[in-house]
Amino acid sequence: MSESPEGSASVGELVLSLRGISKNFGAVSALTDIDFDVHAGEVVALVGDNGAGKSTLVKILAGVHQPSSGTINFRGRPVTLPDPRAALTLGIATVFQDLALCENLDVVANIFLGNELSPLRLDEVAMEMRAWTLLNELSARIPSVREAVASLSGGQRQTVAIARSLLLEPKLILLDEPTAALGVAQTAEVLNLIDRVRARGLGVVMISHNMEDVRAVADRIVVLRLGRNNGVFEPDASNQDLVSAITGASNNAVSRRAERLRMERDHSAQAGEQHP
Amino acid sequence: MTEQGNSTPLALDRADARVKHAAGIGGAVRAFLDRVRSGDLGSLPVIVGLVVIWTVFTSLNPVFVSSSNLVNLLFDCSTVGVIALGIVCVLMVGEIDLSVGSISGFASAMVGTLWVNQGWPVALAILAALAFGALIGSLYALLFNRLGMPSFVSTLAGLLAVLGMQLYILGSTGSINLPYGSALVDFGQLMVMPKWVSHTLAATPGSAMLLSGLRTVARRRAANLSTPSVAGLVLRVATITIGLELIVAYLNQSRGIPWMFGLFVGLVVAMNYALTRTKWGRSMTAVGGNREAARRAGIKVRAIYLSAFALCSLFAALGGVLAAARLASASQQAGTGDVNLNAIAAAVIGGTSLFGGRGSAYSALLGIIVIQSIASGLTLLDLSSSLRYMITGAVLAIAVIVDSLARRSRASHGRA
Repeated sequence: MSESPEGSASVGELVLSLRGISKNFGAVSALTDIDFDVHAGEVVALVGDNGAGKSTLVKILAGVHQPSSGTINFRGRPVTLPDPRAALTLGIATVFQDLALCENLDVVANIFLGNELSPLRLDEVAMEMRAWTLLNELSARIPSVREAVASLSGGQRQTVAIARSLLLEPKLILLDEPTAALGVAQTAEVLNLIDRVRARGLGVVMISHNMEDVRAVADRIVVLRLGRNNGVFEPDASNQDLVSAITGASNNAVSRRAERLRMERDHSAQAGEQHP
Repeated sequence: MTEQGNSTPLALDRADARVKHAAGIGGAVRAFLDRVRSGDLGSLPVIVGLVVIWTVFTSLNPVFVSSSNLVNLLFDCSTVGVIALGIVCVLMVGEIDLSVGSISGFASAMVGTLWVNQGWPVALAILAALAFGALIGSLYALLFNRLGMPSFVSTLAGLLAVLGMQLYILGSTGSINLPYGSALVDFGQLMVMPKWVSHTLAATPGSAMLLSGLRTVARRRAANLSTPSVAGLVLRVATITIGLELIVAYLNQSRGIPWMFGLFVGLVVAMNYALTRTKWGRSMTAVGGNREAARRAGIKVRAIYLSAFALCSLFAALGGVLAAARLASASQQAGTGDVNLNAIAAAVIGGTSLFGGRGSAYSALLGIIVIQSIASGLTLLDLSSSLRYMITGAVLAIAVIVDSLARRSRASHGRA
């Protein structure tokens, strides 16, 4: 297990730091004593089994839930996040799993939804220009911003959702399962996008079940298990280590296969030595 | 992104070679045909329907297109048209108000009682009726927002309750006659625009389109965005202005354009601006399209529902006042019968979707002209109201079928 000590993965300024976060829903403790750090220009993957508390943690950061105890430090200052607006104004943007786009509106309208320029006389030209700037910064491939979102592919919609979250110049962006429900090419497109968001110096938290995607972009992998921290990994950690940290069992299908492969390799190596 | 080596830098939104861009007038026509083929019909079905209806009725009775009949048609359009404009508001957020007929009837009864029987100033009586309308709509919104009561049910209950209130305040007499010669009745029956006013107003939309269009072109060019074709704009403006001027000139051969119809069109234009060019309108469309997405975008969804229901009932009450002025009476029959369904049918026939998130204020105008044309044509043919109901019902069914088919086609062509 290649657990890295706190701070060793530092790329830039410490954007977000959680200490001792717990969240109880009645008698159930969804999160217990969570410590979690994100730096500027860093992608932190949050992995764990179903019910490990990933989504609860993201909802706390998005201001949807309030922690039962613990402290949240954002850019060095202790903060509270009583509602989603508070998180947004601080500079924490969230891209929810089910995208939250309006299919009947065009791309510009979706990006600016709720933040339109000049409310009584919408400034379409300025909004369209800003939308193109945002999309070009992400090197996004959107054919036209004046088409309804209904005509876009899943990857393009994810792009619009991410561009939308960047509109308010956030410091930290939370992505809840950004590649679930996407095809191979579209997944690659979104992972490229995450790279570019990191290059802009933002902290990125990404929830995913797909270890390949996580390895492709993450700088650190934080494992949650049953609402507790269960290790921090480098992206080159072995699948076996990750799976056993996630499931809490060292004896499972992944570890057994790894064991089998290792033994086969050893056998063939021995056979090779005996018959040169 | 602009190509560095390219001598003519591409506009910000023209970099993707995969997208077809219509250029010039031919391009605009081709883009329009593409849109129609994919099911984005806009106002096309209603205009085609109107041409068919007018052709049929004119061939059966030439009086139908006489300018005096058309002026009467415009008087009749205005009352239910205003109610239909309110229906557009609730349909935009994907809800419905079935009680608009009752509210309009009660509003006319209120004006009759307060003004004629109680001796209030007429303006105050009208204001009271409008305030009552907005109050009823706010009540529906409260039931919807706080108790989750479907608008279908709450407004059905409202239909009965408000009708009961109308019968109650009219009491045993059953009907109140509004005095002839009063400003309100004149407005509803006689007042038409002077010729120069109607011609000036007919030229207004074209000039406004031209000015704002040229301004947009200039701003887009400055912002390095592609610009729509100026020739196409001029062509559109010319068509609209000449068309409107011809219509006005024809109607001016008889009495002229009613001021009441002017009020209705003014409200339609104002509502169109509010729905397409303000943050409120954008929020209405968003709530109708995807309520949860709107909520997460920070839109106050409850306030949007409140504004939609309150506006709808307010317009219903105004329509009732206009209807009272048109008939010079407030009776127990006001707002009953087909008023409700005509208003809803007008909005739907005009192209506002029953499923929310798609629609335009102009659908109330176009739809009510269709409905009143049918009514007027059948009256001229001396057919009974039984046939009128059947034919209007069939037209409504056809309109909803067109809406559903277009919706399916849009889905398969990747349009909202």
